[in-house]
Amino acid sequence: MAKRVGMEVSIAAAEAVKQANVDVISAYPITPQTHIVEHLSELVANGELDAEFIPVESEHSALSVCLGSSAAGARSFTCTSSQGLALMSEITYITSPLRLPIVMIIANRTLSAPLSIWNDHSDVMSIRDCGWIQIFTENGQEVYDHVFFAYRLAEDREVLFPVIVNMDGFILSHVIEPIELIDQEKIDQFLPPYQPLYRLHPDHPVTMGAFALPSIFAETKKSHEMALRSSMSKILEIWKAFGDLTGRYYNPIETYQAEDAETLLVTMGSCGETASVAVDRMREEGRAVGLVKIRLWRPFPFEAFKKATLRAKQLVVIDRAVSVGGPGGPVASEVKAAIYGEEKRPSVYNFVAGISGRDVTPSDFIKMVDKAEIEIEEGNRAGYEIYGVRE
Amino acid sequence: MTKPESEWKWKELPVGNVVLEPGNASQYRTGDWKSLMPVLNKELCIHCGLCYIFCPDMAYNLNAEGFFIADLFYCKGCGICAKECPTGAITMVVEEEK
Repeated sequence: MAKRVGMEVSIAAAEAVKQANVDVISAYPITPQTHIVEHLSELVANGELDAEFIPVESEHSALSVCLGSSAAGARSFTCTSSQGLALMSEITYITSPLRLPIVMIIANRTLSAPLSIWNDHSDVMSIRDCGWIQIFTENGQEVYDHVFFAYRLAEDREVLFPVIVNMDGFILSHVIEPIELIDQEKIDQFLPPYQPLYRLHPDHPVTMGAFALPSIFAETKKSHEMALRSSMSKILEIWKAFGDLTGRYYNPIETYQAEDAETLLVTMGSCGETASVAVDRMREEGRAVGLVKIRLWRPFPFEAFKKATLRAKQLVVIDRAVSVGGPGGPVASEVKAAIYGEEKRPSVYNFVAGISGRDVTPSDFIKMVDKAEIEIEEGNRAGYEIYGVRE
Repeated sequence: MTKPESEWKWKELPVGNVVLEPGNASQYRTGDWKSLMPVLNKELCIHCGLCYIFCPDMAYNLNAEGFFIADLFYCKGCGICAKECPTGAITMVVEEEK
């Protein structure tokens, strides 16, 4: 086993970007992503990473720079949070249909207003449908590992999609964790140099980002959508290859004590670790409670999700963002849609919890399970509430 | 493109909808956009070529007889040629009535 080193998760993320040997980094600093970008800037300035670090005046430009550099064939990286992602959102929708394999880490943070710097998933949910492959991580090791995974996946000729690696702001980004670093030799073996299918080059001119009339737009959108959906087999294959390399195997849907569970908590991101502590406590009391953690958000792993959840009586879905005026949180909507076609399906109770960095402790998870079980027992089969709000 | 946009199926599109054939916009019939078309009165034409110079779509070409004629495949019917013609040799007429 490789050496485990205590380091801030943001620094580990930046070190992973260095080890992935990127060619171009363009980013604008924003809390809580700042340490990643600062560290990368130092690595480039010190000559430890042979890359162009392009400082820009906004996140819109940061991703635009990466779009251009990726189109020219450079392995490109950017990183943002919250308002920065909102400003960048126009370009996120352009990058994906152009099939440019940019990797972006989002240190997830609340979108204003009110102004807040703390963690939830409202930022990334605002670009849910932008067509990037989207992964949620639970801890620092997963963030570090997924940088390599993301580039290998993004650049695969059968995939060619940009990838977002979500890490919860502060809860992960500013915490010091033991990280098992991977030897550079192994990384180089896992992640070969990027060989673009098409690139902007004067000797072989192509047009990227051309205009499309109504007579062809629907065809382009279907090919975009089908390509993202069919990336699933490569996602599984590359996670397997990564596991064979490091011993750490990842899945689109992770389960914990789920097999015989009547009630399943469903989480996404770092709160899955806290929820697993809650599950342990409830198991000690003899309660049939388990946990399902969504790691892969896009393409949504419908089959794996159904396999993990259809046996349960009820799902308690924890959302970290509000769809104001909508049917509940975005994860719960997705979950309900995923199981709707099944004759026998669990009830879904939805809590929005831990928005803007409010702590969600193991006992909070237990209280949510208690509440959901009572509500469902009383016939409220699709309840939704924002948890822990003072009345 | 090697065929009109309306004939492409989704599985045939190149990755990222990259256009691999440079200059294929020349195959696009912008002439469909017009409602008015230029008609030349050869009696009045002095072969000055201002229509050719001013045409924003480069639709005008010199023919074998020495007249500048608009290629209606590209002409969008903007009427700039008629406006600029110093002798009033070009008239814009409703295409459907022609």
